[in-house]
Amino acid sequence: MPARTVLQQADIQRALTRISHEILESNRGGSDLVLLGIPTRGVVLAERIAANLERFEPGSGVVGSLDVTMYRDDLARHPTRTPSPTRLPAGGIDGKTVVLVDDVLYSGRTIRAALDAIGDLGRPRAVRLAVLVDRGHRELPIRADFVGKNLPTAVAERIYVRLGETDGEDAVAIEGEGSGS
Amino acid sequence: MRHLLTTEGLPREQALAILDVAEDMAEVATRAVPKLPTLRGRTVANVFFEDSTRTRLSFETAAKRLSADVITFSAKGSSVSKGESLKDTTQTIAAMGIDAVVLRHSASGAAEVLAASDWIDAAVVNAGDGTHQHPTQGLLDAYTLRKALHGDASRGRDLDGVRVAIVGDILHSRVARSNVWLLATLGAQIHLVGPRTLLPVGVETWPVTVGTDLDEVIAQRPDAIMMLRVQQERMHAAYFPHEREYANAWGLGDERLARLPADTIVMHPGPMNRGLEISARAADSPRSVILDQVANGVSIRMAVLYLVLSGSDTREVAV
Repeated sequence: MPARTVLQQADIQRALTRISHEILESNRGGSDLVLLGIPTRGVVLAERIAANLERFEPGSGVVGSLDVTMYRDDLARHPTRTPSPTRLPAGGIDGKTVVLVDDVLYSGRTIRAALDAIGDLGRPRAVRLAVLVDRGHRELPIRADFVGKNLPTAVAERIYVRLGETDGEDAVAIEGEGSGS
Repeated sequence: MRHLLTTEGLPREQALAILDVAEDMAEVATRAVPKLPTLRGRTVANVFFEDSTRTRLSFETAAKRLSADVITFSAKGSSVSKGESLKDTTQTIAAMGIDAVVLRHSASGAAEVLAASDWIDAAVVNAGDGTHQHPTQGLLDAYTLRKALHGDASRGRDLDGVRVAIVGDILHSRVARSNVWLLATLGAQIHLVGPRTLLPVGVETWPVTVGTDLDEVIAQRPDAIMMLRVQQERMHAAYFPHEREYANAWGLGDERLARLPADTIVMHPGPMNRGLEISARAADSPRSVILDQVANGVSIRMAVLYLVLSGSDTREVAV
Protein backbone atom coordinates (compact mmCIF):
# COMPACT_ATOMS: atom_id res chain seq x y z
CA MET A 1 0.00 0.00 0.00
CA PRO A 2 1.49 3.36 -0.96
CA ALA A 3 2.21 5.92 1.74
CA ARG A 4 0.16 9.12 1.65
CA THR A 5 1.87 12.30 2.84
CA VAL A 6 -0.35 14.19 5.26
CA LEU A 7 2.06 16.90 6.48
CA GLN A 8 4.67 18.63 4.34
CA GLN A 9 7.70 20.51 5.59
CA ALA A 10 5.83 23.84 5.79
CA ASP A 11 2.94 22.20 7.70
CA ILE A 12 5.33 20.75 10.25
CA GLN A 13 7.08 24.08 10.66
CA ARG A 14 3.79 25.93 11.16
CA ALA A 15 2.58 23.33 13.67
CA LEU A 16 5.79 23.61 15.70
CA THR A 17 5.62 27.42 15.64
CA ARG A 18 2.03 27.31 16.92
CA ILE A 19 2.95 24.75 19.62
CA SER A 20 5.83 27.01 20.70
CA HIS A 21 3.45 29.97 21.12
CA GLU A 22 0.94 27.81 22.97
CA ILE A 23 3.60 26.58 25.37
CA LEU A 24 4.65 30.16 26.19
CA GLU A 25 1.03 31.24 26.52
CA SER A 26 0.01 28.44 28.89
CA ASN A 27 3.19 28.88 30.92
CA ARG A 28 2.67 32.67 31.05
CA GLY A 29 6.13 33.26 29.66
CA GLY A 30 9.30 31.29 29.29
CA SER A 31 10.53 31.06 32.87
CA ASP A 32 11.19 27.69 34.53
CA LEU A 33 10.42 25.77 31.35
CA VAL A 34 12.26 22.56 30.44
CA LEU A 35 11.59 20.73 27.17
CA LEU A 36 12.41 17.01 27.27
CA GLY A 37 12.40 15.16 23.96
CA ILE A 38 11.80 11.41 23.84
CA PRO A 39 14.36 9.74 21.51
CA THR A 40 14.75 9.64 18.65
CA ARG A 41 12.51 12.13 16.84
CA GLY A 42 11.05 13.68 19.96
CA VAL A 43 14.53 15.04 20.71
CA VAL A 44 14.72 16.66 17.29
CA LEU A 45 11.27 18.20 17.72
CA ALA A 46 12.14 19.42 21.24
CA GLU A 47 15.26 21.11 19.89
CA ARG A 48 13.27 22.84 17.15
CA ILE A 49 10.64 24.04 19.63
CA ALA A 50 13.41 25.22 21.95
CA ALA A 51 14.94 27.21 19.10
CA ASN A 52 11.52 28.83 18.52
CA LEU A 53 11.13 29.64 22.22
CA GLU A 54 14.61 31.14 22.28
CA ARG A 55 13.62 33.38 19.39
CA PHE A 56 10.32 34.49 20.95
CA GLU A 57 11.65 34.85 24.50
CA PRO A 58 15.43 34.64 24.86
CA GLY A 59 16.54 32.36 27.68
CA SER A 60 13.45 30.15 27.58
CA GLY A 61 14.73 27.40 25.27
CA VAL A 62 16.02 24.95 27.86
CA VAL A 63 16.07 21.48 26.34
CA GLY A 64 17.16 17.92 27.16
CA SER A 65 16.36 14.35 26.25
CA LEU A 66 14.63 11.63 28.25
CA ASP A 67 15.11 7.98 27.38
CA VAL A 68 12.24 5.79 28.54
CA THR A 69 13.46 2.37 27.35
CA MET A 70 14.18 1.11 30.85
CA TYR A 71 10.66 2.05 31.99
CA ARG A 72 8.66 0.40 29.19
CA ASP A 73 6.11 -2.29 30.00
CA ASP A 74 6.63 -4.14 26.73
CA LEU A 75 10.34 -5.04 26.98
CA ALA A 76 9.51 -8.76 26.96
CA ARG A 77 7.31 -8.44 23.85
CA HIS A 78 9.73 -6.82 21.42
CA PRO A 79 13.30 -7.43 20.31
CA THR A 80 15.80 -5.91 22.71
CA ARG A 81 15.79 -2.15 22.48
CA THR A 82 19.02 -0.22 22.75
CA PRO A 83 18.55 2.73 25.09
CA SER A 84 19.50 6.28 24.15
CA PRO A 85 21.15 8.78 26.46
CA THR A 86 19.15 10.85 28.92
CA ARG A 87 20.47 14.40 29.09
CA LEU A 88 19.01 16.78 31.63
CA PRO A 89 19.74 20.51 31.49
CA ALA A 90 22.16 21.79 34.12
CA GLY A 91 19.38 23.23 36.30
CA GLY A 92 17.62 19.86 36.58
CA ILE A 93 13.84 19.55 36.56
CA ASP A 94 12.93 20.15 40.22
CA GLY A 95 10.22 22.82 40.48
CA LYS A 96 10.21 23.38 36.71
CA THR A 97 7.43 22.93 34.18
CA VAL A 98 8.52 20.01 32.05
CA VAL A 99 7.12 19.71 28.53
CA LEU A 100 7.56 16.21 27.16
CA VAL A 101 7.93 16.19 23.38
CA ASP A 102 7.30 13.17 21.15
CA ASP A 103 6.52 12.65 17.49
CA VAL A 104 3.43 10.43 17.63
CA LEU A 105 0.97 9.88 20.47
CA TYR A 106 -0.68 6.47 20.12
CA SER A 107 -1.35 4.03 22.98
CA GLY A 108 0.05 6.43 25.60
CA ARG A 109 2.38 3.76 26.98
CA THR A 110 5.54 5.64 26.03
CA ILE A 111 4.27 8.66 27.95
CA ARG A 112 3.37 6.47 30.93
CA ALA A 113 6.99 5.23 30.89
CA ALA A 114 8.23 8.82 30.57
CA LEU A 115 6.21 9.90 33.62
CA ASP A 116 7.79 7.08 35.64
CA ALA A 117 11.26 8.08 34.41
CA ILE A 118 10.64 11.70 35.40
CA GLY A 119 9.60 10.55 38.87
CA ASP A 120 13.06 9.03 39.34
CA LEU A 121 14.84 12.17 38.16
CA GLY A 122 13.18 14.84 40.23
CA ARG A 123 9.92 16.55 41.10
CA PRO A 124 8.77 19.03 38.45
CA ARG A 125 6.07 21.57 39.29
CA ALA A 126 4.02 20.29 36.36
CA VAL A 127 4.44 17.97 33.37
CA ARG A 128 2.86 18.77 30.00
CA LEU A 129 2.86 16.86 26.74
CA ALA A 130 3.48 18.14 23.22
CA VAL A 131 3.21 15.85 20.17
CA LEU A 132 3.44 16.45 16.46
CA VAL A 133 0.74 13.88 15.64
CA ASP A 134 -2.04 12.42 17.77
CA ARG A 135 -3.33 9.32 16.02
CA GLY A 136 -5.79 8.18 18.70
CA HIS A 137 -6.26 4.62 20.07
CA ARG A 138 -5.24 5.46 23.62
CA GLU A 139 -4.86 2.54 26.02
CA LEU A 140 -4.24 4.70 29.08
CA PRO A 141 -5.88 7.85 30.49
CA ILE A 142 -3.31 10.18 28.91
CA ARG A 143 -3.86 13.19 26.63
CA ALA A 144 -1.64 15.76 24.97
CA ASP A 145 -1.65 19.44 25.93
CA PHE A 146 -0.19 20.62 22.64
CA VAL A 147 -0.95 18.81 19.37
CA GLY A 148 0.47 19.55 15.93
CA LYS A 149 -2.22 17.59 14.08
CA ASN A 150 -4.95 15.17 15.05
CA LEU A 151 -4.88 12.29 12.58
CA PRO A 152 -7.75 9.81 12.94
CA THR A 153 -6.30 6.43 11.93
CA ALA A 154 -7.12 2.75 11.85
CA VAL A 155 -5.03 0.47 14.06
CA ALA A 156 -3.68 -1.32 11.00
CA GLU A 157 -2.32 1.89 9.52
CA ARG A 158 1.21 3.12 10.18
CA ILE A 159 2.38 6.68 10.66
CA TYR A 160 5.85 7.64 9.48
CA VAL A 161 7.39 10.83 10.80
CA ARG A 162 10.48 11.88 8.89
CA LEU A 163 12.59 14.82 10.00
CA GLY A 164 15.47 16.53 8.27
CA GLU A 165 17.95 15.93 11.09
CA THR A 166 17.37 12.15 11.20
CA ASP A 167 15.85 11.24 7.83
CA GLY A 168 16.97 13.92 5.39
CA GLU A 169 13.51 15.45 4.84
CA ASP A 170 10.47 16.72 6.74
CA ALA A 171 7.24 14.77 6.15
CA VAL A 172 4.51 12.87 7.94
CA ALA A 173 3.04 9.98 5.93
CA ILE A 174 0.34 7.43 6.58
CA GLU A 175 0.45 3.92 5.16
CA GLY A 176 -1.87 0.94 5.17
CA GLU A 177 -5.52 0.11 4.47
CA GLY A 178 -7.87 3.08 4.37
CA SER A 179 -5.13 5.50 3.36
CA GLY A 180 -6.71 5.65 -0.12
CA SER A 181 -4.86 6.54 -3.25
CA MET B 1 21.59 -11.75 23.39
CA ARG B 2 20.70 -15.10 24.93
CA HIS B 3 23.84 -15.79 27.00
CA LEU B 4 27.21 -14.16 27.63
CA LEU B 5 29.81 -16.91 27.77
CA THR B 6 33.01 -15.63 26.21
CA THR B 7 34.57 -12.61 24.55
CA GLU B 8 36.21 -14.82 21.93
CA GLY B 9 34.12 -14.41 18.80
CA LEU B 10 31.91 -11.73 20.34
CA PRO B 11 31.04 -9.54 17.33
CA ARG B 12 32.39 -6.00 17.38
CA GLU B 13 28.91 -4.45 17.07
CA GLN B 14 27.64 -6.51 19.98
CA ALA B 15 30.61 -5.55 22.14
CA LEU B 16 30.13 -1.87 21.34
CA ALA B 17 26.39 -2.16 22.05
CA ILE B 18 27.14 -3.54 25.51
CA LEU B 19 29.63 -0.73 26.20
CA ASP B 20 27.15 1.91 25.00
CA VAL B 21 24.29 0.53 27.09
CA ALA B 22 26.70 0.55 30.04
CA GLU B 23 27.19 4.29 29.51
CA ASP B 24 23.47 4.81 30.07
CA MET B 25 23.60 2.54 33.11
CA ALA B 26 26.49 4.55 34.57
CA GLU B 27 24.35 7.67 34.33
CA VAL B 28 21.73 6.00 36.56
CA ALA B 29 24.27 5.71 39.39
CA THR B 30 24.52 9.51 39.54
CA ARG B 31 20.79 9.98 40.18
CA ALA B 32 19.06 10.67 43.46
CA VAL B 33 17.29 7.31 43.09
CA PRO B 34 19.91 5.05 41.44
CA LYS B 35 17.40 2.40 40.45
CA LEU B 36 15.51 1.38 37.32
CA PRO B 37 12.31 -0.72 37.23
CA THR B 38 13.43 -2.58 34.10
CA LEU B 39 13.85 -6.13 35.46
CA ARG B 40 11.11 -6.01 38.07
CA GLY B 41 9.76 -9.50 38.62
CA ARG B 42 12.86 -11.19 37.19
CA THR B 43 15.12 -13.31 39.37
CA VAL B 44 18.88 -13.58 38.96
CA ALA B 45 20.73 -16.42 40.67
CA ASN B 46 24.37 -15.85 41.53
CA VAL B 47 25.78 -19.36 41.50
CA PHE B 48 29.35 -19.29 42.77
CA PHE B 49 31.26 -22.54 42.97
CA GLU B 50 34.45 -20.57 43.53
CA ASP B 51 35.29 -17.74 45.92
CA SER B 52 34.67 -14.18 44.85
CA THR B 53 34.02 -10.88 46.55
CA ARG B 54 33.89 -8.17 43.95
CA THR B 55 32.31 -10.08 41.08
CA ARG B 56 29.50 -11.45 43.24
CA LEU B 57 28.82 -8.10 44.89
CA SER B 58 29.05 -6.35 41.54
CA PHE B 59 26.49 -8.64 39.89
CA GLU B 60 24.28 -8.37 42.95
CA THR B 61 24.43 -4.56 42.88
CA ALA B 62 23.78 -4.52 39.14
CA ALA B 63 20.74 -6.79 39.42
CA LYS B 64 19.31 -4.78 42.30
CA ARG B 65 19.78 -1.46 40.49
CA LEU B 66 17.58 -2.95 37.75
CA SER B 67 15.00 -4.06 40.34
CA ALA B 68 15.59 -7.78 39.79
CA ASP B 69 15.44 -10.16 42.73
CA VAL B 70 18.73 -11.84 43.57
CA ILE B 71 19.41 -15.18 45.15
CA THR B 72 22.96 -16.14 45.95
CA PHE B 73 24.45 -19.58 46.13
CA SER B 74 27.98 -20.24 47.18
CA ALA B 75 29.43 -23.72 47.15
CA LYS B 76 30.99 -23.38 50.57
CA GLY B 77 28.60 -24.79 53.15
CA SER B 78 26.25 -26.12 50.47
CA SER B 79 25.24 -29.53 49.18
CA VAL B 80 28.17 -29.40 46.77
CA SER B 81 30.33 -30.55 49.65
CA LYS B 82 27.98 -33.55 49.82
CA GLY B 83 28.84 -34.38 46.21
CA GLU B 84 26.05 -32.63 44.28
CA SER B 85 26.89 -32.05 40.61
CA LEU B 86 26.68 -28.83 38.55
CA LYS B 87 23.61 -30.24 36.80
CA ASP B 88 21.73 -31.08 40.00
CA THR B 89 22.71 -27.86 41.73
CA THR B 90 21.60 -25.61 38.88
CA GLN B 91 18.43 -27.61 38.26
CA THR B 92 17.55 -27.32 41.93
CA ILE B 93 18.03 -23.56 41.82
CA ALA B 94 16.21 -23.26 38.49
CA ALA B 95 13.24 -25.15 39.89
CA MET B 96 12.73 -22.19 42.22
CA GLY B 97 11.97 -20.10 39.13
CA ILE B 98 14.88 -18.01 37.91
CA ASP B 99 15.51 -16.08 34.72
CA ALA B 100 19.30 -15.84 34.67
CA VAL B 101 22.21 -17.74 36.19
CA VAL B 102 25.44 -15.89 36.87
CA LEU B 103 27.92 -18.75 37.09
CA ARG B 104 31.41 -18.84 38.57
CA HIS B 105 33.12 -22.22 38.45
CA SER B 106 36.67 -23.50 38.78
CA ALA B 107 36.29 -25.71 35.68
CA SER B 108 37.06 -24.06 32.34
CA GLY B 109 34.02 -24.33 30.08
CA ALA B 110 31.47 -24.79 32.88
CA ALA B 111 29.30 -21.91 31.65
CA GLU B 112 29.32 -23.21 28.10
CA VAL B 113 28.32 -26.68 29.28
CA LEU B 114 25.43 -25.21 31.23
CA ALA B 115 24.29 -23.01 28.35
CA ALA B 116 24.47 -25.79 25.78
CA SER B 117 22.66 -28.30 27.97
CA ASP B 118 18.91 -28.57 28.30
CA TRP B 119 19.21 -28.66 32.07
CA ILE B 120 17.77 -25.22 32.60
CA ASP B 121 15.89 -22.59 30.59
CA ALA B 122 17.53 -19.52 32.08
CA ALA B 123 20.06 -17.18 30.47
CA VAL B 124 23.66 -17.95 31.48
CA VAL B 125 26.22 -15.26 32.22
CA ASN B 126 29.77 -16.49 32.69
CA ALA B 127 31.30 -14.87 35.78
CA GLY B 128 34.58 -16.73 35.46
CA ASP B 129 35.25 -20.33 34.49
CA GLY B 130 38.62 -21.75 35.54
CA THR B 131 41.44 -20.26 33.50
CA HIS B 132 39.22 -19.77 30.45
CA GLN B 133 37.06 -16.60 30.41
CA HIS B 134 35.60 -13.83 32.53
CA PRO B 135 33.79 -11.82 29.86
CA THR B 136 32.31 -9.07 32.04
CA GLN B 137 35.82 -8.33 33.34
CA GLY B 138 37.07 -7.92 29.77
CA LEU B 139 34.12 -5.66 28.99
CA LEU B 140 34.61 -3.49 32.06
CA ASP B 141 38.31 -3.15 31.22
CA ALA B 142 37.44 -2.11 27.66
CA TYR B 143 34.90 0.35 29.08
CA THR B 144 37.47 1.76 31.53
CA LEU B 145 40.05 2.16 28.74
CA ARG B 146 37.53 3.85 26.46
CA LYS B 147 36.44 6.22 29.24
CA ALA B 148 40.03 7.07 30.16
CA LEU B 149 40.92 7.86 26.54
CA HIS B 150 37.77 9.53 25.23
CA GLY B 151 35.99 10.84 28.35
CA ASP B 152 32.44 11.96 27.70
CA ALA B 153 32.81 11.43 23.96
CA SER B 154 33.38 7.69 24.36
CA ARG B 155 29.99 6.48 23.13
CA GLY B 156 30.28 4.42 19.94
CA ARG B 157 34.09 4.57 19.93
CA ASP B 158 36.30 1.49 19.66
CA LEU B 159 39.90 1.05 20.83
CA ASP B 160 41.56 1.36 17.44
CA GLY B 161 45.35 1.60 17.83
CA VAL B 162 45.29 1.73 21.65
CA ARG B 163 48.38 -0.04 23.01
CA VAL B 164 47.81 -2.21 26.07
CA ALA B 165 50.40 -4.22 27.97
CA ILE B 166 49.11 -7.14 30.05
CA VAL B 167 51.70 -8.22 32.60
CA GLY B 168 52.28 -11.26 34.78
CA ASP B 169 50.54 -14.58 35.25
CA ILE B 170 49.01 -14.98 31.78
CA LEU B 171 48.89 -18.77 32.12
CA HIS B 172 46.26 -18.90 34.84
CA SER B 173 44.46 -15.72 33.88
CA ARG B 174 40.91 -15.78 32.50
CA VAL B 175 41.06 -11.99 32.79
CA ALA B 176 43.93 -11.91 30.29
CA ARG B 177 42.13 -14.25 27.88
CA SER B 178 38.90 -12.22 28.07
CA ASN B 179 40.82 -9.00 27.48
CA VAL B 180 42.96 -10.33 24.64
CA TRP B 181 40.02 -11.39 22.48
CA LEU B 182 37.79 -8.44 23.26
CA LEU B 183 40.43 -5.72 22.98
CA ALA B 184 41.72 -7.23 19.74
CA THR B 185 38.16 -7.22 18.33
CA LEU B 186 37.94 -3.54 19.27
CA GLY B 187 41.20 -2.76 17.46
CA ALA B 188 43.70 -2.51 20.32
CA GLN B 189 47.31 -3.71 20.07
CA ILE B 190 48.05 -6.08 22.92
CA HIS B 191 51.42 -7.03 24.28
CA LEU B 192 51.72 -9.83 26.84
CA VAL B 193 54.64 -9.85 29.27
CA GLY B 194 55.54 -12.38 31.92
CA PRO B 195 57.94 -15.12 32.91
CA ARG B 196 58.25 -17.87 30.29
CA THR B 197 56.78 -20.35 32.74
CA LEU B 198 53.59 -18.28 33.06
CA LEU B 199 52.95 -17.85 29.32
CA PRO B 200 50.46 -20.45 28.05
CA VAL B 201 51.19 -23.02 25.37
CA GLY B 202 49.72 -21.81 22.08
CA VAL B 203 50.00 -18.11 22.95
CA GLU B 204 51.57 -17.54 19.53
CA THR B 205 48.14 -18.20 17.95
CA TRP B 206 46.57 -15.31 19.92
CA PRO B 207 46.20 -11.85 18.33
CA VAL B 208 49.05 -10.45 20.46
CA THR B 209 52.76 -9.89 20.67
CA VAL B 210 54.60 -11.63 23.50
CA GLY B 211 57.71 -10.79 25.49
CA THR B 212 59.41 -11.36 28.81
CA ASP B 213 60.99 -7.97 29.49
CA LEU B 214 58.76 -5.50 31.36
CA ASP B 215 61.28 -2.63 31.14
CA GLU B 216 61.29 -2.88 27.36
CA VAL B 217 57.49 -2.55 27.40
CA ILE B 218 57.61 0.52 29.62
CA ALA B 219 60.15 2.11 27.27
CA GLN B 220 57.62 1.69 24.45
CA ARG B 221 55.19 3.96 26.32
CA PRO B 222 51.95 1.92 26.31
CA ASP B 223 48.57 3.66 26.76
CA ALA B 224 47.66 1.26 29.53
CA ILE B 225 49.44 -1.31 31.62
CA MET B 226 47.36 -4.06 33.18
CA MET B 227 48.96 -5.91 36.09
CA LEU B 228 47.58 -9.41 36.70
CA ARG B 229 47.31 -11.08 40.06
CA VAL B 230 49.76 -13.87 40.74
CA GLN B 231 47.27 -16.68 41.26
CA GLN B 232 49.00 -18.67 43.94
CA GLU B 233 45.89 -20.78 44.58
CA ARG B 234 46.19 -22.21 41.06
CA MET B 235 49.96 -22.73 41.22
CA HIS B 236 50.75 -26.32 42.06
CA ALA B 237 54.31 -26.13 40.78
CA ALA B 238 57.25 -23.73 41.06
CA TYR B 239 56.73 -21.19 38.27
CA PHE B 240 59.31 -18.71 39.57
CA PRO B 241 62.07 -19.07 42.20
CA HIS B 242 60.93 -16.53 44.76
CA GLU B 243 58.33 -13.79 45.24
CA ARG B 244 61.07 -11.15 45.55
CA GLU B 245 62.48 -12.22 42.22
CA TYR B 246 59.05 -12.04 40.60
CA ALA B 247 58.46 -8.56 42.02
CA ASN B 248 61.86 -7.40 40.77
CA ALA B 249 61.39 -8.67 37.25
CA TRP B 250 57.63 -8.33 36.60
CA GLY B 251 56.17 -6.24 39.40
CA LEU B 252 55.12 -2.63 38.93
CA GLY B 253 57.27 -1.15 41.68
CA ASP B 254 57.88 2.48 42.57
CA GLU B 255 60.90 2.80 40.30
CA ARG B 256 59.07 1.43 37.24
CA LEU B 257 56.05 3.58 38.09
CA ALA B 258 58.28 6.67 37.88
CA ARG B 259 59.46 5.60 34.42
CA LEU B 260 55.93 5.19 33.05
CA PRO B 261 54.73 8.05 30.84
CA ALA B 262 52.42 10.42 32.74
CA ASP B 263 49.37 9.49 30.64
CA THR B 264 49.75 5.71 30.90
CA ILE B 265 46.95 4.32 33.02
CA VAL B 266 47.52 1.51 35.51
CA MET B 267 44.93 -1.27 35.71
CA HIS B 268 44.49 -4.32 37.92
CA PRO B 269 41.48 -6.67 38.02
CA GLY B 270 41.85 -7.23 41.76
CA PRO B 271 42.26 -8.59 44.30
CA MET B 272 45.79 -7.18 44.49
CA ASN B 273 48.86 -8.73 46.04
CA ARG B 274 50.41 -5.43 47.09
CA GLY B 275 54.18 -5.66 47.03
CA LEU B 276 54.17 -8.61 44.63
CA GLU B 277 52.78 -7.69 41.20
CA ILE B 278 52.02 -4.07 42.13
CA SER B 279 53.43 -1.70 44.75
CA ALA B 280 51.16 0.22 47.08
CA ARG B 281 52.30 3.48 45.53
CA ALA B 282 51.44 2.29 42.02
CA ALA B 283 48.04 0.98 43.15
CA ASP B 284 47.15 4.24 44.86
CA SER B 285 48.69 6.64 42.33
CA PRO B 286 46.48 9.13 40.46
CA ARG B 287 47.01 7.26 37.20
CA SER B 288 45.62 4.07 38.70
CA VAL B 289 42.05 3.40 37.52
CA ILE B 290 41.62 0.31 39.70
CA LEU B 291 38.64 1.71 41.59
CA ASP B 292 37.11 3.01 38.35
CA GLN B 293 37.28 -0.57 37.10
CA VAL B 294 35.19 -1.67 40.08
CA ALA B 295 32.61 1.09 39.58
CA ASN B 296 32.44 0.46 35.84
CA GLY B 297 31.93 -3.25 36.55
CA VAL B 298 28.49 -2.51 37.97
CA SER B 299 27.48 -0.55 34.83
CA ILE B 300 28.73 -3.31 32.53
CA ARG B 301 26.90 -6.00 34.47
CA MET B 302 23.70 -3.94 34.43
CA ALA B 303 24.02 -3.68 30.66
CA VAL B 304 24.65 -7.43 30.29
CA LEU B 305 21.75 -8.42 32.56
CA TYR B 306 19.47 -6.02 30.67
CA LEU B 307 20.52 -7.42 27.30
CA VAL B 308 20.14 -11.11 28.25
CA LEU B 309 16.86 -10.61 30.12
CA SER B 310 14.92 -8.29 27.82
CA GLY B 311 13.57 -8.83 24.36
CA SER B 312 11.30 -11.45 22.86
CA ASP B 313 14.08 -12.87 20.71
CA THR B 314 16.10 -14.27 23.60
CA ARG B 315 15.37 -17.85 22.59
CA GLU B 316 16.63 -17.58 19.03
CA VAL B 317 19.72 -15.41 19.15
CA ALA B 318 22.62 -17.12 20.83
CA VAL B 319 25.93 -15.37 21.27
